[in-house]
Amino acid sequence: MWYAIVGFLGGIFGGMGMGGGTLLIPLLTLGLGLPQIQAQGINLIAFIPMAIVTLIIHVKNGLIEKSGLMFMIIPAIIISVIFSIIANNIQGENLQKAFGVFLAVLGVIQIVMQIIKDKKAKE
Amino acid sequence: MNIFQKSWYNNIMKKTKQKFLEVIGGIFTGFANGFFGGGGGMISVPFMTYALKKEPKKSHATTMLVILPITVFSASTYILKGSIDWSITWQTAVGVLLGGVVGALILKKIPNKILTYVFGLVMIVAGVRMCF
Repeated sequence: MWYAIVGFLGGIFGGMGMGGGTLLIPLLTLGLGLPQIQAQGINLIAFIPMAIVTLIIHVKNGLIEKSGLMFMIIPAIIISVIFSIIANNIQGENLQKAFGVFLAVLGVIQIVMQIIKDKKAKE
Repeated sequence: MNIFQKSWYNNIMKKTKQKFLEVIGGIFTGFANGFFGGGGGMISVPFMTYALKKEPKKSHATTMLVILPITVFSASTYILKGSIDWSITWQTAVGVLLGGVVGALILKKIPNKILTYVFGLVMIVAGVRMCF
């Protein structure tokens, strides 16, 4: 039951386009005590049905811009498979620490970008 | 170079630069998705908005189309490596799906600005805690 509740919380942020996974993974590790690699795996799989549903909505709303996407998708797939294998071989505490740094940096970037946006809006 | 050659040359350079940027964005997004099992969207959205000059709304939507195929491949790798516990994965997935729909529906009703600050702070606190 806790997994569904935690998923729901992460999903709300995901649906708002605020990076649900970046919230779901720490909820699963810090909150429910899962190993880092398992939390990452759950996040990847849980993302797929949610993405399909939201994509259908976005396509209907005409918000998808396909041009040039393949230049992003193909290198991204190659790199992500390589680093999936690396992450599965590292696992454990070191992977969790690396993720912690990644998360904190993303948090700082998000706040700084919002401050810049607010300033521009005022001008 | 005459004026026609010049505009032709500029056009080629512009397209090359665009493709180069797309590849760079793909590399960073793919790294986050594979290595950290998420967070690719948090790279791809600002990247599309600021580097590829898409509208923010379109960046959010188009990012889903980029992350979905990447995730199919990275999730497959996690499955093959035996890192998935299905009994808890499906429970979480149901929660995420329902939460995702709720999030998409309430998006317009919530002051986005405050939410961004709160979310950023939560990320920093959680990130620091994960390091210690």
